[in-house]
Amino acid sequence: MTATARQESKGSGPFKVVGTRTTRHDGVDKVTGRARFGADISMSGLLHGKVLRSPHAHARIRSIDTSMAEALPGVKGVATAQDFPIIRGQALDFSGAVSNARVTAEVILAHERVMYAGHAVAAVAATSPHIAEEATRLIRVDYEASRVERLGSGEDTSPGSNIASHIQLKRGDVEQGFGEAEVIVERELSTQTIHQGYIEPFASTAHWAPDGHVTIWTTTQGIFGVRASTSAILGIPESMVKVIPMEVGGGFGGKASIYLDPVAAVLSKKTGHPVKMVMTRKEVFEGTGPGCAAIMRVKMGADSSGRITAAQFWLAYQAGAFPGSSVSGGATTGTGPYNIDNFLIDGYDVVCNKQKTSGYRAPGQCQANFAIETVIDELAERLGMDPLELRLKNVVKEGDRMPTGVPFPYIDLRKLEETMKTHPHYSAPLEGPNRGRGVAVAFRGHGGQGAPATMNVNADGTISLITGAIDLSGTRTTVAMQAAEVLGLAAKDVILTVVDTDSVAQTGTTAGSRVTFEMGLAAIAAAQEVKRQMSARAAMLWEVQPEEVEFQDGVFTCNRSPAKRMTFKELAGRLARSGGPITCSVYAPSTGIGPSFAGNIVDVEIDPETGKVDILRYTAFLDAGQAVHPGFVEGQMQGATAQGIGWALSEEYLYTEEGAVANTSFLDYRTPTSMDLPMIDTVIIQVPNPHHPFGVRAVGEVPIVPTLAAVANAVYHATGVRMTRLPMSPGAILEALEAKKAQE
Amino acid sequence: MAVVWIPPFLESLTGGAHKVTVSGRNLRQVLNSLDTLYPGIKDALLEEDHIHPSIAVVIDGATGHLELIEPVREESEIHFIPAISGG
Repeated sequence: MTATARQESKGSGPFKVVGTRTTRHDGVDKVTGRARFGADISMSGLLHGKVLRSPHAHARIRSIDTSMAEALPGVKGVATAQDFPIIRGQALDFSGAVSNARVTAEVILAHERVMYAGHAVAAVAATSPHIAEEATRLIRVDYEASRVERLGSGEDTSPGSNIASHIQLKRGDVEQGFGEAEVIVERELSTQTIHQGYIEPFASTAHWAPDGHVTIWTTTQGIFGVRASTSAILGIPESMVKVIPMEVGGGFGGKASIYLDPVAAVLSKKTGHPVKMVMTRKEVFEGTGPGCAAIMRVKMGADSSGRITAAQFWLAYQAGAFPGSSVSGGATTGTGPYNIDNFLIDGYDVVCNKQKTSGYRAPGQCQANFAIETVIDELAERLGMDPLELRLKNVVKEGDRMPTGVPFPYIDLRKLEETMKTHPHYSAPLEGPNRGRGVAVAFRGHGGQGAPATMNVNADGTISLITGAIDLSGTRTTVAMQAAEVLGLAAKDVILTVVDTDSVAQTGTTAGSRVTFEMGLAAIAAAQEVKRQMSARAAMLWEVQPEEVEFQDGVFTCNRSPAKRMTFKELAGRLARSGGPITCSVYAPSTGIGPSFAGNIVDVEIDPETGKVDILRYTAFLDAGQAVHPGFVEGQMQGATAQGIGWALSEEYLYTEEGAVANTSFLDYRTPTSMDLPMIDTVIIQVPNPHHPFGVRAVGEVPIVPTLAAVANAVYHATGVRMTRLPMSPGAILEALEAKKAQE
Repeated sequence: MAVVWIPPFLESLTGGAHKVTVSGRNLRQVLNSLDTLYPGIKDALLEEDHIHPSIAVVIDGATGHLELIEPVREESEIHFIPAISGG
């Protein structure tokens, strides 16, 4: 039983729908197998596409000969980068690399140079996936191998080095701050390249119709991003590209990037048939963007009272083959939970011959948090302070400044940390040898993009709510709940559909923990407009003024004549004969999602013979603001924690000497399973967000952030060894224990 | 007048000043005022008349979405911070 599991089944606070644990809108489709994912597409004349990938981590492409592949029976077309108009028409440059379509094209199909092992070089469309795969092996690529940059350490800051960019944040005078310190801790820490762990591989089907319209069915976090990139790469207007979203079997940031869609489209154009492309798991590991590896150095000082007097934080994040790591995410948040007068933060975006990295749940922040929270734990130990007391001593509050200098709006991290400190887990005895307890807290800041929505009132009194925001985590339900709250309806009466790019206004990618917050704002705005129009319709039917109509709990009444009364559903049934249906489209600008905070307490036990870490007990804390659906919030917390434990203990890309990924399956890339984890208890703290009418905050990403450090700190307290490199695999822990023994 | 927090990578243009007070009723006017005082600062923040994609503008605590026509109040506080992505 989780801490909030016993709470309200009838809404919390002033709410009737928000705060309940209503049934998930997509639940039946998902559990019955009726939901259609990217690979489920089938249609007449469908061809199958496969990609040829580079065996070299870095090489010049001298030539590509596709003649043998094209001659294979069943092969209908072959594509290379030359088929992308953007490649032919625009030189490669890295301005605005994060959203640079020319760079995206280069990642999707290599032009003159392959930049990592697994980099796509050519693609084939054939009558079966097996023929297409066989044909890729008949393509002859003449490579000239180049020097492979593997380390990407960021040590060399001279011009011509592999540093793509540098960011700096600073405040006060760090030297003076260190001068005031009683205790100074310095550490270098590192994390490795990491997979987002989504189960569904990339899949895309494209049909280039004779009239020039391209239709794409794809698995993605953002249909409008796919449309924009595809149209730019193919050199056709966005209006000629229609992207239809399929259900997404996990994304976690990985599916905000695109790899297959323009390739499938080009193959469809060449063959005149729709072309479906589905990656294998191996291709996912070799050819798509993982989370960044990082090397970090932290120096932090505190006076005898525990006040942190200075912090210096150096971060080098591997971007992979093209610029655009998530180093800014780490640099701007790592020290965020602490009010520090003097700091200097330097973040480096470092390129190397690995896959171009992509986002992974709170991009860049887990790595930085691991570094900072490890050092905080060590500072507390050196000061003889309780680690949560040290955090409380330096806790940020409203009006303090984030590392970027932007002032914190209304927050209450103190409440979260005090809840952790007084939680029974924190004071529970932890008996037995080789056991330890760790804590960590985390901050994540969120921006905002705004969101559109269209709402129609159906004759049976239900609502059709139409959006373009991909549902990764149950947001069809959480957004519908907010509209239902306004309209006095049950959540199930608001039917939310995620539609294609032709059917809704431009909608942002599902990322940055934004959908429940921002689509919620749009749903609320649409519901308020529908309520206004429905009130006007009731006034017309009753022959009274609109201001004489009141609406409460799903019922319209006339304040001048109480006998005049209609439920929302009754009025909906009369719309057709009283002026027609009620509909509206709105755009809700973002009011700013704002900061989120999370914390973890974890108990571990280490087997000194094998180095294996067992998680004995785990409690995750999160300030969710008003939890729209507490069950979903708990699910986010538990899922994020499981991912973080994998990052801490077992997950990493292993690279061969030649730079290829060696562990390209979930047998060899070890994510935790239910057998590895105890029940993850959850505690939801609800500090209302003043920027949302219901007080909602972002919950999707920040729960993963403290996990790495919490587990590492627990391992330290169990063994006396500071593990400064993740993952803390059994072998790594044994090695560290043996080194410690040798020193004793 | 609005207070602009100068990011460290631009402090070389402002002679080390990390906060500058300038006039302007929207971001474009603020940048023009800044550029008059510290030539080059506008080019460093813009790419083809748009805020550089690696930079986010925060005015009075809120991330701006109107780019150069984002309104600025007399007492606004303006930050140019590293853009961060979501997963």
